[in-house]
Amino acid sequence: MTTKELSFSELKKLAKISSPEMPLLKVALLGDSATQFLATALKGAAVQSGWCLDLWEADFNQVERQILDGDSELYHFDPEYVIVFQSTHKLLQKYNTMDGDKRANLAQNRLDFVREIVQRIPTRVIYFNYPEMDDSVWGSYANKRNDSFLYQTRALNFGLMQMAAESPNLWIYDLSQLQAKWGRNMLFQASVYVNSDMLLSLEAIPRVAGGVIDIIAAQKAKFKKCLILDLDNTLWGGIIGDDGLENIQIGALGIGKAFTEFQYWIKKLQQRGIILAVCSKNNEETAKAPFEQHPDMVLRLSDIAVFVANWQNKADNIRQIQAILNIGFDSMVFLDDNPVERAVVRQELPEICVPELPEDPAEYLEYLYGLNLFEVASYDNADADRTRQYQTEALRVQTQHAFTNEADFLASLAMYSKVEALNGFNLPRIAQLSQRSNQFNLRTQRYTEQDLISLQRDSDTRIISFTLTDKFGDNGLVAVVVLKAQGKQAFIENWFMSCRVLKRGMEQFCLNVLVQEALDWGREALIGEFLPTPKNALVKDHYAQLGFVAEGSLWKLDLKTYSPAHVFITRR
Amino acid sequence: MEEIIAKLQTVFRDVLDNDEIILSASSSAEDIEEWDSLSHIQLIVAVEKAFKIRFNSKEILSWKNVGEMTQSIQNHLS
Repeated sequence: MTTKELSFSELKKLAKISSPEMPLLKVALLGDSATQFLATALKGAAVQSGWCLDLWEADFNQVERQILDGDSELYHFDPEYVIVFQSTHKLLQKYNTMDGDKRANLAQNRLDFVREIVQRIPTRVIYFNYPEMDDSVWGSYANKRNDSFLYQTRALNFGLMQMAAESPNLWIYDLSQLQAKWGRNMLFQASVYVNSDMLLSLEAIPRVAGGVIDIIAAQKAKFKKCLILDLDNTLWGGIIGDDGLENIQIGALGIGKAFTEFQYWIKKLQQRGIILAVCSKNNEETAKAPFEQHPDMVLRLSDIAVFVANWQNKADNIRQIQAILNIGFDSMVFLDDNPVERAVVRQELPEICVPELPEDPAEYLEYLYGLNLFEVASYDNADADRTRQYQTEALRVQTQHAFTNEADFLASLAMYSKVEALNGFNLPRIAQLSQRSNQFNLRTQRYTEQDLISLQRDSDTRIISFTLTDKFGDNGLVAVVVLKAQGKQAFIENWFMSCRVLKRGMEQFCLNVLVQEALDWGREALIGEFLPTPKNALVKDHYAQLGFVAEGSLWKLDLKTYSPAHVFITRR
Repeated sequence: MEEIIAKLQTVFRDVLDNDEIILSASSSAEDIEEWDSLSHIQLIVAVEKAFKIRFNSKEILSWKNVGEMTQSIQNHLS
């Protein structure tokens, strides 16, 4: 079950088991209404994602004072995230007391304040947008009046989106969207509001808390990368093996519209960079036929990175998909209409997210919209290309089988790498790779675009990025190293790499480059460190394998005695 | 009346996470440690759900004890 499907009482119980031994997350919560319940639910939702929330809650209605006074408790607390919940109700109260001729400035005034927040808070801000509320003073005519409350609320929400698009540290929690989905009767209970000044109903609070924690989780590399799909009665109506190609329901046939729209949604996810895989109990040829031949199918074989159709256990098949894609089970979502298959997969692979799809396929989309499974913290154009990259990876694996000698295979790949410092073009991808890489990540320092820009300004820091191209295609930017000068040494503050390019000699190539850069920079040694996480055991011997010598908990490489490793990658 | 109190007891135990709570008409927030102004709101919402009623906002802060709360519930049910 996802956090959003838990009740407030369940989150409250989770909040109690929060312990300081879990990774700590320092968060401030400021609101212009009573936020105690939201605070409790946030703690519970954080536990669900594996964090202990160190939460500081501002006293009631102190948003402006805490933000504008640079010496306030907020700044002393020094949180990693600042959550600000200013409500439509309080905005309306403000509007009510404004002179008529000032009302058209309501949205702009509030936007100016939000800009002030973003400028003053050095870390990340999660700001709640405003659920629409028509005070019904103008009726439909409100749409024609720029001083109506409705007009101003909508302008404000749009302005927040524009500001968020420009401000790397501003994140919008879309409360307005939550209301659009569930309605104000679910979000708001007037009697509770009048008695307690709480604006969110107990029913809404778990969804809000879950949504806020999702935003944070995505920035900390906890997000979904892959969607695994069943076929019969999931992607189309009917059973391809029994009903035949002409009789499955997709397009105009039967309830085919439901499946067509569902496939368009999946296609959009794929275009956004979610990897699609198929896991179906079918003969492979039968299962592939609709993708190849049915005129109404939206998804085609070229959209699917890994296609597994056989009669074996689905959990085993998903393990096989995982092995090919080399990503964590916790980044996968499995959709299947059959409750028995879902139970088997959930039982054997508890880390995978397995939504309880509704029985009626017409309800699939609305149900999945409500879960908001595909939160993301950054995006660049390489994402859209991911399916092709995984397909070429499968091709590489096949080619490799043709060579008995690994060196011959690597030489045959004709690999090139472009080595570059941070610049405006690679900035989004570097930030994204730092947030995505869990396995090949030596110190798991995460960087936002803003962090990287600040680092770049520091003359004691070097950010070096590497791309990799081979005869099968361009892998894009796949590795990054951040160096910090420490006297005559250069400390490797972080080294992270995409697991797609393992076993290609990329590590050795990077090191050759690092040694050269460090020498040019006047350093005599490289110092590395490995900080273990539950996911990066892959690189625990990284420095030993590259010839570094242990020095306490650190690793040292003497640059003068280093002789470059032989690699099959050419610098470009 | 007793039926309502018995049902309320289940709701209180569940919301306040304490299986030792025993309610009577005279029970008040002073007798039950976990019953504070915050959990009061949680109780209201849970009671409304259990009895499928909606209290009006005047009632919510008016009760001095469980007996008066029960009276309100009875009014809504009849």
